Amino acid sequence: MINFDAVTMRYPETGDVLRNVSFHLRKGEIAFLTGHSGAGKSTLLRLITLMERSSRGRIILDEQDIELAKEHHLPFIRRKMGVIYQDYKLLYDRTVFDNIALPLVIAGYGHHEVARRVRAALDKVNLTGKEKKYPLALSGGEQQRVGIARAVVNKPPIIIADEPTGNLDPELSAEIMILFEQFQQVGVTVLIASHDISLITQLNHRVLKLDHGQLVTS
Amino acid sequence: MKYRKNNQNRKNVQQSSLKQNKRQTKIAGGDYFDKFKAYRDLHAHALFSSLGRMVAAPFNSIMTISVLAIAISFVSGFYILTINIQQLSGQLEASNQMSLFLRDDVSEVHANKLAESIKQNSNVENVKVITKEEAAAEFQKYSGFGAAINELEKNPLPIVLQVLPKKSLEDKQGLENLQKEFQQVPEVDVAQMDLQWIERLQSIISMVKLFASILNILLGVAVLLIIGNTVRIELHNRRDEIVIEKLVGATNSFIRRPFLYAGFWIGFISGISAWFIVTVLMLILRNAVEKLSSFYGGSFHLLFMSATDTLALIAISSLLGVISSWAVLSYYMHTTKLKRRNLLHF
Repeated sequence: MINFDAVTMRYPETGDVLRNVSFHLRKGEIAFLTGHSGAGKSTLLRLITLMERSSRGRIILDEQDIELAKEHHLPFIRRKMGVIYQDYKLLYDRTVFDNIALPLVIAGYGHHEVARRVRAALDKVNLTGKEKKYPLALSGGEQQRVGIARAVVNKPPIIIADEPTGNLDPELSAEIMILFEQFQQVGVTVLIASHDISLITQLNHRVLKLDHGQLVTS
Repeated sequence: MKYRKNNQNRKNVQQSSLKQNKRQTKIAGGDYFDKFKAYRDLHAHALFSSLGRMVAAPFNSIMTISVLAIAISFVSGFYILTINIQQLSGQLEASNQMSLFLRDDVSEVHANKLAESIKQNSNVENVKVITKEEAAAEFQKYSGFGAAINELEKNPLPIVLQVLPKKSLEDKQGLENLQKEFQQVPEVDVAQMDLQWIERLQSIISMVKLFASILNILLGVAVLLIIGNTVRIELHNRRDEIVIEKLVGATNSFIRRPFLYAGFWIGFISGISAWFIVTVLMLILRNAVEKLSSFYGGSFHLLFMSATDTLALIAISSLLGVISSWAVLSYYMHTTKLKRRNLLHF
């Protein structure tokens, strides 16, 4: 599902941020991406989420070679991924409902289908009844869950999460991890970037560890 | 060789999977009618949300639209000015006639004979004799010096032969030759071509028109820049929103759409406001113009903007709005694209 083949990312200012990174996440696999800060986690996520192009190597997402993809294909590849951001990246001038509906509206779903799916996603993250609220009226944990609902509302085959538990207490973190495992069980590939060591050791999943831009365990 | 083959395979896999992709998204959205409805909803949403944003920031919107409305009303004001002047010169253009002022000692009988002989000229359509009395009556009627002329012992006005040349004699050279010919006639004191002062007037009008079109171009550019700048600020304010939309799979056209509609709205509302300004100004001017016109026989009436003109004004200003926001969007897309290998440009 996610296939990195000798990927190198070089910035002119800082040199190689990722060096020769290769790994393969199969369909329905769940994995942690970890490493000290500056190890290249964010860069790796930026490459997967098509925010930037790699300098060398090949990235294949759901059988599609990113390097060969034309510019106008990128939005359609992005729709295959649900991405959860550390800073949530919500639209603060829109309601919870509109935030979650955004990927569906963009994909061109009809009115009723949007409402049905948004309600299902809200139910999944335990936010039923909050759809008319604005994100700022919610707690950090609730905002995070709005972000998760938005990521999964389109039923994407890939979920990428950047420090999804960074701002949450251990109890909520555990709840969210259970949610990710549920998605994994229905065949979704999940990649979670985290440096929450206790969480990672507690759950016995695959770990991709980056050290100075190189993958040390996979 | 092997590598190339591999590469070829990659491309094939790539293409087939993209096709599959497209098919999947189509199926996911329901049938085609549903798709169409969703697409229509997207446009309707962009149309009204961009208007809603303007209403939400009324101070900014009113400022921008006022500036634009004033600029556009200048353009349409110049347009209506040239139309009215054209109307004026159009009425005059019809008369390419000449006035032959006869010498004072020529009698009325002799003048009539002369008129008959001039009528025989192959270039002349008709000749009309204006007697001293007729001239005096006309002068009294229109000049406002009626009382003064009664005081004079002798009518000072000459007999005038109004010569209407044949329509075939349209070129200037022919008319000038005819004028010279009449000037040779001993009874004629002065042979004056009405055309001469029409020509002078027309050269003034064409100068005014040229000036107006230069100003219109400048104002049009100003309108483009103002709308472009407004859209640019809006684009800047909504940077985060655009990035988020891109991250969840928005296409470039999805991102552009609300900004294009915003440009449309600005242009549209400014166009209507400009029409309003011009019409109000013309209503204020109308009385004065009609009064002035009544002094000159009342043949001139102020022309207002026709329905077609009004529609064109609104359509053009709306179009300018769309064009300038398109230009700004393209420019920003280009500059974000240049930043390293950033894939989030739109």
